[in-house]
This record gives sequence, C-alpha cells and structure tokens, in this order.
Amino acid sequence: MTNSHLSRRSAMALGGAALVTGGSGLLMPARAAGLAPTRSMRGGSNNYRPGAPIVERIGGGGFWMTGTVRRAGDGAPLPGQRIQIWAHTTEGHERDPQSHGATLTDANGEFRLEMPQIVPAFGQPHGHLAYDSGEFETVFLRPIMASSKDQTLAAHFVLQPA
Amino acid sequence: MIRSLLIWAAVIAAIAVPLIAAAHSPLLAWRDPVYIVAGFAGVLSMGLLLLQPLLAGRDLPGLLPLASRRWHRRVGFTLIFALVVHVGGLWITSPPDVVDALLLVSPTPFSAWGVVALWAAFAAACLGIFRQRLALRYRIWRLGHTGLAAITIVGSVVHAMLIEGTMEIMTKTALCVLVLLASARTLARLRVWDIRRRS
Repeated sequence: MTNSHLSRRSAMALGGAALVTGGSGLLMPARAAGLAPTRSMRGGSNNYRPGAPIVERIGGGGFWMTGTVRRAGDGAPLPGQRIQIWAHTTEGHERDPQSHGATLTDANGEFRLEMPQIVPAFGQPHGHLAYDSGEFETVFLRPIMASSKDQTLAAHFVLQPA
Repeated sequence: MIRSLLIWAAVIAAIAVPLIAAAHSPLLAWRDPVYIVAGFAGVLSMGLLLLQPLLAGRDLPGLLPLASRRWHRRVGFTLIFALVVHVGGLWITSPPDVVDALLLVSPTPFSAWGVVALWAAFAAACLGIFRQRLALRYRIWRLGHTGLAAITIVGSVVHAMLIEGTMEIMTKTALCVLVLLASARTLARLRVWDIRRRS
C-alpha cells in the first residue's frame, strides 16, 4: 500500500467536505462569479393561474407583499419584471381567481403589491409568487410568514437568463 | 360506579372539548365548507385515536370484553372513513397540495408524517379485517397490528402538533398527550412485543 491510496475514512471525510462546500454553492464554477439564481421552492407553483392580470391591489388590501428582482451573476436590479402573487387570504382560497394578481418591478427592481391578509392554510401561513415571463428561467416561491399575525411578507428573486 | 362515570366523562370531554375549541377557530370564517369538514374530520380522527387503545386494552368501564372488541372494530371503520373524508376534502380544496403530500414531496414537514400515519392506519385496518384469512399466529398478528397502530399514532401526533390550523393549541396538546399515554399503557399492559407462544 502506498500513501496515494485514500483510506475509507479520509475518503468519506473528503466527500463530506465536498458535499458541504457544494451545498453552500462554493464549488459550482458557474456561480463562483457572483450571485446565484434563486431556485423554485417545493410546492411554489401550487394553484398557479398563468396570466393573472396586473392589478393596483388584490381585493380590499391591508397586507403587503414586497420583494426584489435581480439578475444572477452581477446582481443588477431588473426593472419592469412581472411578478404574480397569490395566497389563501381573508377574501378567498388560493385557487380562486380573485386571490391572484400581478405587479411590475420599479426602476430599482423592487415590487410591492397590496392584498388581503394572508391566513394559515394547509397548516402554514404562506404566500406564493411566480416569475414566469420567458426572458429568464421561471421561478416559483412559497415564503412562510414568521407569524400569522404579520401584515407583510417579502420574497426575493435572482433570475437567470433562459 | 362513580369511578366509571368519571372515566367516561373524562374520555368524552377529551374528545369533545378539542372539537368545540376548533369550532371557535377564527380561521373557519375564511374557509369553504368542504375545507372545514376536512379539518374537522382530522380533529375527530385524533379523538378516535384516543378511543382505540382504550378499547383494545379493555380500559373503558361497563364494556364486556366482547363489546370492547366490537366497538374497537366500529371505531376503526369510523376512523378510516374520517381519514378518507379528511384527505378527500383537502384534495377538493387544493389538489396540488394533496398530490405533493401523498408523493411525500410537500414543502410542509407535517404532511409526510400525516401520510405515513394514513397508510399505516389503512394497513392496520386491513390486518384487522383479514385477521381470519391471514391465519397468522395470534401474537404475531397482534404485533403487526399494534406496530402499525403505533406508527399511526406517533405520525398523527407529530402531524397535528406541527400544523397551524383550526385546533386550539392547549386542547390539541392535551389530546395528543392523552393519545400517547393511552397507547403506551395498552401496548405495555398487553406486552405486545412478547410473541412467544402462550404456555
């Protein structure tokens, strides 16, 4: 046996270290250059209705969904991007058309849309957001509120060209 | 006499109070009837999970062993029916969320616990229904049935405790603790792990 052979223990340690590094995004050469794109969350696309209209506010309002949209790599803010938002609120179930609405990001890549209060549904107070316009890869987010009494929720997109 | 009245009153209260508390949940105002029924079928299921070990252990006063067994079977069928209503009502309310849960890819951690408990309950019920035809030695059969029941109970308790839903937190916790205690008591008293032939 020579020293060039890895023992099983050191091989496992090396593999474990590689997993941890890979998991934190440090080993991905394509992402090493800068900001990594946001990945869709599990269940994010549930009850999505493509093409919901751009609205001033969803229903009666009282709750604010906010966030930012930036470009992967250099992190440049992306203005004029359409973000669709839906949730189970005091005014309807997730699947109901009136629970859906879309808005556009401003010059700083920020968006905020007023909507009815989100209430816990399917066990968690959560909202849904989608970027699905084609220019960049589609991303579905499903952020959870820290408390169901919160009156605002934020979600951030880092998009990668399609 | 007084003692048996107290036991029955405690069991009925343990099942009824969480249902009454859930009926006062503010969340109900923002839910369709189908979703409300699905939620209550879940709350009722947890109450039935309290009855099952008590009936199996013949702990309920005034019931002869044969009646206990008969009621264990009836409550078992009711439990399966309630679980089907629970999942079916949720499916109608939000199909993609239930599909995710059944495929064990849901973003909510409590879903997998609930789905595992669901299949274990179905399997435990099947063992009960086909007990004669399976022709297993009694203690082997009992270990299988109670093992599956234990998975259902632990899975259901974790499922319920992780959910932010219509159940009020104090009554939910109390019912879950009672279900765990009743199950542990029956499993221990019957010594279900002892599968030696009776000498």
